[in-house]
Amino acid sequence: MSERAKANIVLRFFDRLGRMSEAALEELGRYGTLMVESLYWLVWGQRIGQPVRIGALFAEMMEIGVRAIGIVGIMAAAIGAMLAIQGIYSLKIFGAEGHVVFGVAFSMVREFAPLITGILVAGRSGSALSARLGTMQINQEIDALEVMGINPVRFLVVPSLLASLIMVPALTFMSMVVGLWAAGAYVNFALGMSLAAFMDQTISILSVNDLLHGLGKSAIFGILIALIGVINGFMVKGGAEGVGKATTRAVVQCISAIVVTDMLFALVATL
Amino acid sequence: MTEHLKAPTVIEVRDLVTHYGTRQILNGVDVDIVQGEIMVIMGGSGSGKSTFLRHLMALQRPTSGVIKILDQDVWKLPQKDLFNLRKKLGVTFQAGALFSSMTVGENIMLPLYEHTKLDRMTMQIMARMKLEVVELAGFEDLMPSELSGGMIKRAAVARAIVMDPRILFFDEPSAGLDPVVSSQLDDLILRLRDAMGMTICVVTHELESAFKIADRITVLDKGNILFVGTVAELKSHPSERIQNLLNRRSEEAELDADEYLRRLMGEKLEAEGMTR
Repeated sequence: MSERAKANIVLRFFDRLGRMSEAALEELGRYGTLMVESLYWLVWGQRIGQPVRIGALFAEMMEIGVRAIGIVGIMAAAIGAMLAIQGIYSLKIFGAEGHVVFGVAFSMVREFAPLITGILVAGRSGSALSARLGTMQINQEIDALEVMGINPVRFLVVPSLLASLIMVPALTFMSMVVGLWAAGAYVNFALGMSLAAFMDQTISILSVNDLLHGLGKSAIFGILIALIGVINGFMVKGGAEGVGKATTRAVVQCISAIVVTDMLFALVATL
Repeated sequence: MTEHLKAPTVIEVRDLVTHYGTRQILNGVDVDIVQGEIMVIMGGSGSGKSTFLRHLMALQRPTSGVIKILDQDVWKLPQKDLFNLRKKLGVTFQAGALFSSMTVGENIMLPLYEHTKLDRMTMQIMARMKLEVVELAGFEDLMPSELSGGMIKRAAVARAIVMDPRILFFDEPSAGLDPVVSSQLDDLILRLRDAMGMTICVVTHELESAFKIADRITVLDKGNILFVGTVAELKSHPSERIQNLLNRRSEEAELDADEYLRRLMGEKLEAEGMTR
């Protein structure tokens, strides 16, 4: 290979790296802008005749939160029982099955409830949001809103963002309760500890801090899910195929963002 | 024609230049649209007519140039005034752009719901009145997916005129419609102008429809204005390019061997230049 060709390969690599970094930065910028814009409409919208509709917020809360209760409940129960099963199995090695409550209480409230809720909402609503906005984008419905004098961020994004911010922590709290109850039921079956005793011990182990750790994290997940869903929807180009790609991308990005944020949050919060 | 020019100008475009990336789409376009006229903007694919319409609707910021709608410079307006200006504009998009999650009636009521404080009953009556205008009475409870292409467009017209706008834009009204339905839509456009005194701006490439409705026609070609004038003036225009357009003759592109070779090689040279 000639010197020139080698130089070309290196240059091409840096060229591509530069372009990719530029695209990534641009997308990051979009998230920031959308977040600020949403806050702006939430606070100032009313004053310039563009209020955020409470009806739209409730409709979104229904879709993102209430309709997810069933599946989140079932998953939380399964995770709770799983934690109890694994906990008892591993603690049996030391003959310390009685301490299973510690493991279950901490891991359910601090980790598994927010994580499983976040992932389920990402799969249900993150994808739905990006599919809906993407379809609206290619059907020129977003343009139609704009020319009618209805700001699309105020009309479409803020209700979803707010609903997600409220409902993901609410669902997380529910999955904590359901998960702990399911774990308690298994412990009752396996070790004969009464459910009341299990709950009593759980409450005495957990501090408000642990609860806030789980709920705070889930609030961040809620914002991430809505923003990622919306941005991918708005960026759709190229018809039905574009919508499909955006939906997939939204789910993958949501789940990755949730898992990474989860780790970072745990790292920072336990320092 | 002359009486139209005496009417006040409602849309004034000066030296509009616009790009997609580095590609220039419009090269300094000047257009005046006066009150009460139907201005048809024509041009082949890639002539920049759709982009031009997006600028007139203030959906896209131009590279340079001035767009004044109802004497207001749209890109210098504070946000609140732009919202107020938009209430005086109505737009019918190519595919209707009805919100698929709402019924036809809800679609038509949305601007009223967002911009007025009328009670629901009044809004429903107003929506039904507009549906009467577009001959879709009784369809308000259907979903857009239950309507035919022509009906969707008419419902979109009803939504566009529900705020009684001063200016109405149409993007390709005849696209995807059969000749009969398309002709009905043309009649509707004429009726709207006559009955409500709206100024109407239509982007189309359908000659027949343009000749039927237009007071004046603007012909765009490769980002430049080729012609502005009445239908009669257009038909008798001496320019070969315009006559080719009217008679649907394809133009023989002049073949320049050097230019052709350069085009073939050009991309490769550019790619090398980029990485060199």
